[in-house]
Amino acid sequence: MSSDAMAVPNVQVDGRPWVETLHEWLTTVDHKRLGILYIVYALFFLVVGGIEAAVLRIQLMRPENDFVSPQVFNRMFTMHGTTMIFFVAMPVLFGFANYLVPLMIGARDMAFPRLNAFSFWLTALGGILLYFSFLGGNGLYGAGTAPDVGWWAYAPLTARAFSPGHSSDYWTIALLVSGFGSIGTAINIIATILCMRCPGMTLNRMPLLAWLNMTMSGMVLIALTPLSAAQIMLLIDRYLGGHFFDTQAGGSAVMWMHFFWIFGHPEVYILIIPCFAFMSEIVPVFSRKPIFGYPVMVGATVCIAFVSMSVWAHHMFTVGMNSYVNSFFTISSMVVGIPTGIKIFNWIGTMWGGRIQFKTPMLFCIGFLFQFLIAGLTGIMLAAAPFDWQLSLSYFVVAHFHYVIVGGILFALFGAFYYWYPKITGRMMSETLGKWHFWLFVIGFHMTFDVMHFPGLLGMPRRIYTYQPDRGWGTMNLIITIGAFIQGIAILVFVWNLIVSYWKGARAGNDPWDAWTLEWSVSSPPPVYNFASIPVVESRRPLWDLKHPEDPDSLYE
Amino acid sequence: MSAVTTSFPRTPQAWVLPYRGKVAMAALIIAESAIFTIFVVAYLFYAGKSVTGPTPSEVLETPIFYTICLLSSSLFIHFAGKSLARNERGIFLILWLITIALGGLFLYGTGQEWHRLIYERGLTISTNLFGTTYYSLVGLHAFHVTAGLFMLSIVAIFAIAGRVGVEQSARVEVLSMYWHFVDAVWVVVFTVVYILGR
Repeated sequence: MSSDAMAVPNVQVDGRPWVETLHEWLTTVDHKRLGILYIVYALFFLVVGGIEAAVLRIQLMRPENDFVSPQVFNRMFTMHGTTMIFFVAMPVLFGFANYLVPLMIGARDMAFPRLNAFSFWLTALGGILLYFSFLGGNGLYGAGTAPDVGWWAYAPLTARAFSPGHSSDYWTIALLVSGFGSIGTAINIIATILCMRCPGMTLNRMPLLAWLNMTMSGMVLIALTPLSAAQIMLLIDRYLGGHFFDTQAGGSAVMWMHFFWIFGHPEVYILIIPCFAFMSEIVPVFSRKPIFGYPVMVGATVCIAFVSMSVWAHHMFTVGMNSYVNSFFTISSMVVGIPTGIKIFNWIGTMWGGRIQFKTPMLFCIGFLFQFLIAGLTGIMLAAAPFDWQLSLSYFVVAHFHYVIVGGILFALFGAFYYWYPKITGRMMSETLGKWHFWLFVIGFHMTFDVMHFPGLLGMPRRIYTYQPDRGWGTMNLIITIGAFIQGIAILVFVWNLIVSYWKGARAGNDPWDAWTLEWSVSSPPPVYNFASIPVVESRRPLWDLKHPEDPDSLYE
Repeated sequence: MSAVTTSFPRTPQAWVLPYRGKVAMAALIIAESAIFTIFVVAYLFYAGKSVTGPTPSEVLETPIFYTICLLSSSLFIHFAGKSLARNERGIFLILWLITIALGGLFLYGTGQEWHRLIYERGLTISTNLFGTTYYSLVGLHAFHVTAGLFMLSIVAIFAIAGRVGVEQSARVEVLSMYWHFVDAVWVVVFTVVYILGR
């Protein structure tokens, strides 16, 4: 049947009171609406976190600047880091997983729709709690008292004596609550993928996006929970007078570091693996070739998940561990480079000999490929303990992980936005604005984060409030700040594109990219029930089989 | 693309996937295990590092009887599930209520021990590192027992009302998985606190 026949019987928004629409969105358990809620929520916090980054960059633009006070500066980098990781990257990736996984595996919804809604609202509550600290951090009389302990919140900074008031408590509870939300979503994604696949969709035929999101969810279960446990311990210390991280009573501040980084490092992979998933869907479609090395891709992902669980202490080389521990974590950190390298070669292998179409999603993916490679290379540099002793806590590290998170994760995300926006809204995003967005962002990104390595090499510490003119870091910091503002402009172009295309974009139809996975077989936007009849698949590219019945993939798998 | 339809040609004969409740509970158990692992690691790391007393060997008494209660409840819930699968509702209800009673007895035992430690031995969560790690690890487990008892009681109420039959068997099995997990964690907590930690 054609998908027009199964479109929703014309749900007209303007014919109904807006309260009813609002009520529908607030009480929805539909995976697509929850996915959109996650994404919109994350975009809002992307702007908030971006403004905080802009404050940091203006402060550091020239030596001995005093745009903000040192106290505000501390709050800004704490809130910037916490917001971007927990309330931008996590929700936006969960949003895409929520929206896409059921559609791609031929299911009508997630395994537990109400748990799904509950998880989203927990995450939303977490973000609200974190930002409520601006009002409530010092009780009624205080304003501007957001958490200022850094996004790692190292002990003993978080002890009552050094962090009076409630700002650290808001930080702790916000992360605890959103962490429970993430665990709920992870359980849901795993149950959906294992129990809701349409007939014929064996694990071997699942789209890589489903495979990678399942791996990511497994990591959330194992890696996010240590953070929850550590937050509970911190709350016990702060409220019940416990001594977990209280060195005067025999507790250990280093223990917090271990618990935090047991979460903190796998978290990077929790964020990047869904981005690998976007790459693995977008690159084949715009290279007009099936993904190169599907089983190896799955194997490499699972391998990354395993290895990433045993690399956390490379964040702690400067703490002073013995040489065996240092060697172990140096080697295990470098080993991650192998499966990651396999993935990069597979994407290049997919593009090799393909008829590449340089549409906006593909441009962002190619940007990802180059930038993620460089980010990985500086990662291998920092994995070597002696090199890390020199550069730990410097701007070199800041440059490295922003290369991963902006140059890698954010670029893949932008690609995903341009690629799936037509499916979600039924409209194409503007290619012209998209190219402006891409090129402005590439220029801004490289101005900021390429240059940022050098003040780090010259000894500029991270989280520094200001610096003397005779250090010679001034010009570079000015270039970094200008780059940051170019990125800001690019983001505005992107947001403008999102808004304008919703009303003015060309109609997308079911399958604007001539793609091969199941989500493109239904109308755009998909009906509430996704599939009128549950599809049956016979290969990894069910839509290819339908479009080319004379030469289906199922003959070769 | 008018050529695109959702009707795919050949249908496979049998297509059976695992029950989502079991998969989700298994995933939850993995996540919970990670939380407990961190608390156990903290307990072991901090064992013997308290600056002041009391020490575990001075104040702890091994709760053999209550441990037997909790561990044997696993057997009862197992056979309760089996009888429900055969639709023997009466036997199911009796075994289910015994499980709840044994779990309740265990919680009472924990409460009694805490009362003794707090009022007779002066050990609270803020006394020393041992108090901090002991109450948080045992308390985390007791919290899970409480949550389990709450869920078991809901099933018991429905069973007394005659609403739990063989068609709920799979769901009851999911709860049973959780209860087994709580018991298994106690084996670890018991070993760590009462054997290794002393």
